[in-house]
Amino acid sequence: MPRITVTVDGVTYEEDVEPRVLLVHLLRERLGKTGTPVGCDTSNCGACTVLLDGKSVKSCSVLAVQADGCDVVTIEGLGTSGSMHPMQQAFHEEHALQCGYCTPGMVMAAIDLLRENPDPSEETIRQGLEGNLCRCTGYCNIVRAVRRGAQEMGQAVTRS
Amino acid sequence: MIPAQFDYERPASLAEACQALAEDDEAKVLAGGQSLLPLLRLRLAYPTKLVDVGRLDELKGVHDRGDHVFIGAMATHDEVLRAPAVASGCPLVAMATAHVADPAIRHRGTFGGSLAHADPAGDLPAVVLALDGVLVARSAQGEREIPAADFFVDYLESSLAQGEILAGVRIPKPGEGWGFHYEKFHRTAQAWAIVGVAAAVRRSNGAITEARLGLTNMGATPLRAHATEAALRGVELGDAVRQACEQAADGTSPPSDLHAQPDYRRHLARVLTHRAVRTAAGSP
Ligand SMILES: Cc1cc2nc3c(=O)[nH]c(=O)nc-3n(C[C@H](O)[C@H](O)[C@H](O)COP(=O)(O)OP(=O)(O)OC[C@H]3O[C@@H](n4cnc5c(N)ncnc54)[C@H](O)[C@@H]3O)c2cc1C
Ligand code: FES
Ligand code: FES
Repeated sequence: MPRITVTVDGVTYEEDVEPRVLLVHLLRERLGKTGTPVGCDTSNCGACTVLLDGKSVKSCSVLAVQADGCDVVTIEGLGTSGSMHPMQQAFHEEHALQCGYCTPGMVMAAIDLLRENPDPSEETIRQGLEGNLCRCTGYCNIVRAVRRGAQEMGQAVTRS
Repeated sequence: MIPAQFDYERPASLAEACQALAEDDEAKVLAGGQSLLPLLRLRLAYPTKLVDVGRLDELKGVHDRGDHVFIGAMATHDEVLRAPAVASGCPLVAMATAHVADPAIRHRGTFGGSLAHADPAGDLPAVVLALDGVLVARSAQGEREIPAADFFVDYLESSLAQGEILAGVRIPKPGEGWGFHYEKFHRTAQAWAIVGVAAAVRRSNGAITEARLGLTNMGATPLRAHATEAALRGVELGDAVRQACEQAADGTSPPSDLHAQPDYRRHLARVLTHRAVRTAAGSP
């Protein structure tokens, strides 16, 4: 069985994995990172989005062995309980979730989008989140939350 | 679903990868995995072994080679979109790539994987066909060049033999006077094309001197709209262009699925070809 080394939310793990294990299953079942959900079987929904070496990927569509030597950030690596990441806080304040199933992926995709475009327009946000589906909230509040999160993050950078 | 069991190899060189494939008839190449992993998860494919070529430097990068652009098979969609050589030397590739899936999938999925997968609904096969790209394949026997017109054989079937790996694609640079456009019709932002049209159009003194048109999802393979290409030659911009585009669906056999029936796809091909040609010719 291949042995891989992978850093997840700042902690490095060495794991023996079957080749067919998906990254999302490694995260959830081996490392207990259940913050990242699985929403579909077709790579469409984006609920499982994480950052792999800094870029958004659908963790249901990456094999754990493909992440060997890589750095992964999940929703659990963003904030701590009691001190949310500004993007999480913005989702909370703008009512950008109902059931919350899509939220971890939405937040990770939003953070990926801001990496290149710290102050995105509504249109850019809608394009940037095209791979993330929400079944309940509707996208208006999500787009508002990303705008607000972007502003807060911009200010956080200016302040620091 | 969890995929069925398979072995995994990550060879350190292209030569080793060719060897690993040649040893096992049921082995498959793994590139970005954005088409293959969904198939494995739905248990629609049962390879015995995946040979991961995703990290091979030999297959990466986009290179400006004078009269052509060479796009390495493992260049991701995201890298293709950012490559200055693509923007200047083959802008039609960038236009279509921007329509492929969504940002997360574009971070992993590759240019070569999209072509090797040979899905007629994919956006890039029709583009490479329209631009007369040349696909370069490597195997234990050496290198083979395959013109795009001979590469797409049937639904999800390319002319790559078992043991052959697509190394990259040569896209000839256009001369003077060419304009480009990719027109995609789909129901939701990240979805596959119901029909797509890749247009390269050359103009001189207000008339079209040459047109190359690739059709996405109008048959088991990507197709050229030969009749319209011929009818556009020498035509002035205006109603004559619309008439020429009426032949865009000639000789096609579009699929029937839950998005569209063949007659609707033929209608789309005519309308979208007209839009694509007009936009490429600079008169949207
Ligand atoms: C939700 C979703 C939406 C999508 N929407 C679109 C879309 O709108 N338009 C579009 O064009 N595509 C779309 N795609 C597909 C995407 O473009 C994939 O990136 C692409 O089809 C395959 O590239 P890959 O590198 O991931 O290949 P893989 O999945 O790794 O491989 C695909 C196939 O090609 C073979 N292969 C790969 N590389 C090579 C090589 N170098 N030599 C020989 N064989 C090779 C593999 O063995 C496999 O059979 C979508 C995918 C998903 C999951
Ligand atoms: S669970 Fe990964 S895209 Fe839906
Ligand atoms: S909040 Fe329920 S899916 Fe988005």
